[in-house]
Amino acid sequence: MKALITSSLIAMLLMFSGLAQANLTIEITRGSDRATPVAVVPFAGGDDFPEDVAQVIHDNLERSGYFDPLPRRQMLDRPSESDEVRYGNWRSLDVRYLVVGRASREGNGYRLRYELMDVSGERRMLGEVVTADQNELRGAAHYISDQIFEAITGIRGAFATRIAYVAAQGVGDNMQFTLYVADADGRNSQQVLSSREPILSPAWSPDGRRLAYVSFETERPAIYIQDLNSGQRVRATSFEGINGAPAWSPDGRRLAMSLSKDGQPEIYVMDIASRSFDRITNSSSIDTEPAWSPDGRSLLFTSDRSGGPQLYRHDFASGEQQRLTFTGNYNARGRFSPDGEAIFLIHRSSNGFQVARQDLDSGRLVVLSDSRFDESPSVAPNGTMVIFATQQGNNGVLGAVTADGRASFRLPSASGDVREPAWSPFLN
Amino acid sequence: MQLKRGLKPYARTLAVALSLAFVAGCSSGGGTQDGSMDGTRGGAGNGVAGSGVSGSQVGGTGFGSGAAGQEADGRIPQQRTIYFEFDSDRIRSEFEPVLASHARYLRENGNSRVVLQGHTDERGTREYNMALGERRARSVERFLSVQGVSPSQVEVVSYGEERPAARGQNEETYAQNRRVVFAY
Repeated sequence: MKALITSSLIAMLLMFSGLAQANLTIEITRGSDRATPVAVVPFAGGDDFPEDVAQVIHDNLERSGYFDPLPRRQMLDRPSESDEVRYGNWRSLDVRYLVVGRASREGNGYRLRYELMDVSGERRMLGEVVTADQNELRGAAHYISDQIFEAITGIRGAFATRIAYVAAQGVGDNMQFTLYVADADGRNSQQVLSSREPILSPAWSPDGRRLAYVSFETERPAIYIQDLNSGQRVRATSFEGINGAPAWSPDGRRLAMSLSKDGQPEIYVMDIASRSFDRITNSSSIDTEPAWSPDGRSLLFTSDRSGGPQLYRHDFASGEQQRLTFTGNYNARGRFSPDGEAIFLIHRSSNGFQVARQDLDSGRLVVLSDSRFDESPSVAPNGTMVIFATQQGNNGVLGAVTADGRASFRLPSASGDVREPAWSPFLN
Repeated sequence: MQLKRGLKPYARTLAVALSLAFVAGCSSGGGTQDGSMDGTRGGAGNGVAGSGVSGSQVGGTGFGSGAAGQEADGRIPQQRTIYFEFDSDRIRSEFEPVLASHARYLRENGNSRVVLQGHTDERGTREYNMALGERRARSVERFLSVQGVSPSQVEVVSYGEERPAARGQNEETYAQNRRVVFAY
């Protein structure tokens, strides 16, 4: 028996608001043909709960692209613990893994007991009791999803993470920009900042407690760092010209960014504590969109020094800058995979701007998305998915695709444009 | 570093609200702060006041030569937006008279300051477009400088693709969004 206290960060964020508005919903746009069949049986005793815990788990597993959960109406029976499971029933439905559970109220919160079974081996793989405060029911369901995902795939789950994004409405001088933070499934959104001037490029600190972003609220671009618990923030840079594209170093002590204070936009690294700057690029071209390698030893960035935007890598030790992308004439806004072996980027092809992955060893580039106006790829902390901004009709929406491109989904918003997604690090 | 502010006819009001303080949750565009100040309240997104970014002026490219008449009485030239070709920061010849009229106005009004707001269409990545918008505004800045305008009167601010003048995925819309606006 093990109790869970959902991470204090989420708890604190929840204190923030009853502002949950502009929630995003999810539409699966492409399922994976290699998804593993699973079943998540509705938890016994949870009928009157504000959230259907089994459904949240079902949706998470489906969205991952790794699993193909069985629709409830096809279930032959609904066991709530391992002793009740008739494995033959689930084998006949081709289900390989089965999740059962029981839910009850406990004090002001909830108690969830779940078990994961390997159907072919008729074996219990996992069993746990999770307690959750009143507002943490979905968080507990995400936690359980993470445990199930890892037990089956061996990959740490990223369902109990968050995304930051920007919503925008209006045109020209009549616009409203709002920075939100929401759960990774688009629910439980909370407003961080709202302004009539542009907000863009949110970036999570490695500890998940702070966001850096660009805001034009003074009618000039400036980079701010905001603590999500307290709401307190500082202005990190407000030089003349562009103050853009903040990116945290893996140790959280430095911020790479693009500044045009000396003419063309150049990459700088700011030491946050001392406010000292190292200039990384020195060219007569555009240098922007820096991203740190997971080991902190190099920076990926966009430069048009070859005539059009391409991705380059700056090695801190040698000071050398090497071009990485050669496929096509527009490759920009790169982000490393968490293992550092691949980069995700925006690639322009004859079909438009799409999310692509390039493996660093082979140099091979693979287009992952299939729309024409994709932007701002951001990689899940476990490397299994990429969230990005795309278009649906005339609206900007968020899309996500698995790192292998097999499965994808969208998170449409009820109104306005949604863009600039940033996936948080692991939060627990 | 402190930036000097030019007088800007729109968006003086910030609706910046940290979430702790901002409980009302007014999510719809517009808000209430601005309408009373500028007369830009409401409407379908065409603020008529001020900077000339509004859709209604987009078609009015014939203003270029007529603007000369405005300077005699010392007024700011009427046409305050010029447009660019795709992937280009070159000043199109039809807009040179517009720039010349602004240059004349700024020379004759040494205390006047202008912010050159550079914009791109929505294609491509946001921060890269921020850089392209700055390139366009700097191109105008150079033109003004060659015409004898003091650098201290001119400031460049790129908005990239963040403030489209029009919405939509077609060439006409893109053309309206690739622009530099003179904001006095």
